Amino acid sequence: MKNTDAHLAKGRTKYGATIGAHRYGFDDLKDLLAKASPQRSGDRLAGLAAESREERVAAQFALADLPLTTFLNEAVVPYERDEVTRLIVDGHDRTAFAPVAHLTVGGLRDWLLSDAATTPVLTALAPGVTPEMAAAVSKICRLQDLMVVAAKCSVVTKFRNTIGLPGGLSVRLQPNHPTDDARGIAVSILDGLLLGSGDAVIGINPATDSPERTHRLLSMLEEIRTRLDIPTQSCVLAHVTTTLELIRKGSPVDLVFQSIAGTQAANKSFGIDLALLKEAREAALSLQRGTVGTNVMYFETGQGSALSANAHHGVDQQTIEARAYAVARSLDPLLVNTVVGFIGPEYLYDGKQITRAGLEDHFCGKLMGLPMGVDVCYTNHAEADQDDADGLLALLVASGVNFVMGVPGADDVMLGYQSTSFHDALAMRDLLGRRPAPEFEAWLQRQGLMDEANRIRPGELPARFQALLPA
Amino acid sequence: MSDELLPVSPADDDALWVRLRKLTAARIGLKRSGASLATAPLLAFQLAHAQARDAVHQPLDLEQLAADLAGFGLPVLDVASKVEDTQTYLMRPDLGRTLAPDAAVRLAPQTGACDLSIVITGGLSARAVQSHAAPVLKALLPLLRKESWRIAPLVLVRYGRVAIGDAIAGALNADIALVLIGERPGLSAPDSMGVYLTWQPGADTTDADRNCISNIRPEGIGYADAAFKIGHLLKAMRERRLSGIRLKDDSDRLLLGSTD
Repeated sequence: MKNTDAHLAKGRTKYGATIGAHRYGFDDLKDLLAKASPQRSGDRLAGLAAESREERVAAQFALADLPLTTFLNEAVVPYERDEVTRLIVDGHDRTAFAPVAHLTVGGLRDWLLSDAATTPVLTALAPGVTPEMAAAVSKICRLQDLMVVAAKCSVVTKFRNTIGLPGGLSVRLQPNHPTDDARGIAVSILDGLLLGSGDAVIGINPATDSPERTHRLLSMLEEIRTRLDIPTQSCVLAHVTTTLELIRKGSPVDLVFQSIAGTQAANKSFGIDLALLKEAREAALSLQRGTVGTNVMYFETGQGSALSANAHHGVDQQTIEARAYAVARSLDPLLVNTVVGFIGPEYLYDGKQITRAGLEDHFCGKLMGLPMGVDVCYTNHAEADQDDADGLLALLVASGVNFVMGVPGADDVMLGYQSTSFHDALAMRDLLGRRPAPEFEAWLQRQGLMDEANRIRPGELPARFQALLPA
Repeated sequence: MSDELLPVSPADDDALWVRLRKLTAARIGLKRSGASLATAPLLAFQLAHAQARDAVHQPLDLEQLAADLAGFGLPVLDVASKVEDTQTYLMRPDLGRTLAPDAAVRLAPQTGACDLSIVITGGLSARAVQSHAAPVLKALLPLLRKESWRIAPLVLVRYGRVAIGDAIAGALNADIALVLIGERPGLSAPDSMGVYLTWQPGADTTDADRNCISNIRPEGIGYADAAFKIGHLLKAMRERRLSGIRLKDDSDRLLLGSTD
């Protein structure tokens, strides 16, 4: 027996549901969203989580009955105080929203799963979906629902190759080194290229964010890419201000990278705002370095970053994460990567919580029209291991994730965490029949790195790869 | 999808990869079976992860640590944070930053004004401080004594976060908090110690107010180098009466070319 009263205050609280004889009340929209969130340690740390399992499901009942239009009338972070809220509200596409405008959150879930919600229909809907709507519906989805709906979404982006085509799986080659040693990085790139990684981007996290060092790494990546004639893009994941300065000085910048979050205050703690990101995008576009497309931004996100900066405004970490996708969406990115298990167990405690968060992020991003990739990862103080990573990776690839990480042996020796390996990506391509970006795949074939069955199986080191070997 | 023969490939442990692996600790050129890892590199990874996990869950042996620190001519106290077990420590960083109710009483008799409070806590790798705290202090304390630093009793905390040093330095009436803490273990470095220094820490202190030296272990920043760097930062902090981002550039210049 349950009853919900989602519309107006009856008694003390704005939203509520009655389970048996007990009425659960929820103060406001953000309280309802937080209490309806499947369990994770970060919401508990923030003091936002449901007190009991029953309260959580009561909140999910109340949320399911909530009309989607509620999200257009009640902000979880005040409009006046937050430019991300203003971006979401002012940028909402009511025409795209119209087909679902009459639905509740529960009704949206049913509609998304229905056969009426085909790939073109979902593509047309995306600009009408706000982050809070996506987050809300994800909270009443099981993993299977998150997978089935995400797999129907298609988001294709282009720079020097084409990422996100049906049946595709691209890989960011992540060749980090603890001291940014050029030779150490080059041999990791060599290893990754031989194993078919790098079509999403060859992207280095620098150990030190200085303009000189970033320029040196960019120049090195440019030389490797041009000497081997690789149809891909490179990136050094420095702060956006560093990259912007280097664009002005003439460094070879393909993509502008930045970590982003779902509130103005959290972005401020990252040293950014929307105007800065827009400026950086325009600077990168002005270089006209893309050959098949003009998606020039690479963003990284992850649940918990706003709370970590004490900038969450009492909103649960998954809803805030979805708001970061509104920031990304306004800048037409090539890649959006949720680094799901990096932040540690105080936000996502174990493999179960990391798995759910990874699939939620992928679902919300895809529903909003973003080229989502996931860094399937964990730290050594989380209750997780390679089996958990294998599970999430397979679920994501089955869900049509645009790209994943390729780290030598899954062990990032600079950042000190475990991600996915070149081998993991290869195994998934074989197991689930996924292929690299077509331009990159043709290049792999030309290098002789694929066998007669179209599998990536490097034999002898191709002659031109000698260029990557240190003297 | 099975290969009847192991592919002859660069992933075989041939001379090329033996040579290239000298250039990075990254796990490159791993032997494959089909697309997947061969058994040997698979188990090597599992071993490294097991060791890192054990490091996270190994409790700090306070008695042994106190014994190791006994010869330095400073009293050694131990106090508790509000955390009593590893799981709570991992999930509630706020409690690891807060002293247990009885800690103030334990610290109270020691409150003559001093320059420096040294706090040692296990953090995410007890093994790191168990191995490296005493050798670093052994190298550091003579440097400080030469400059007549007034040093408060050494304080050990089993389940502490960096910011617990703020409360301890406050209780001990010290200008600077120096916290030695076990860092988040990586697969190739399960025993790395970090050091955090904060000038006049208080309730408003944020991470931007701290200076950090990371990766202290024999294979990273060695004991003598670490002591040298800490000594220089402490001196700069005392002279300029500040710490954190505003001190950073200056101290980096100071250290450049000295021992690196």
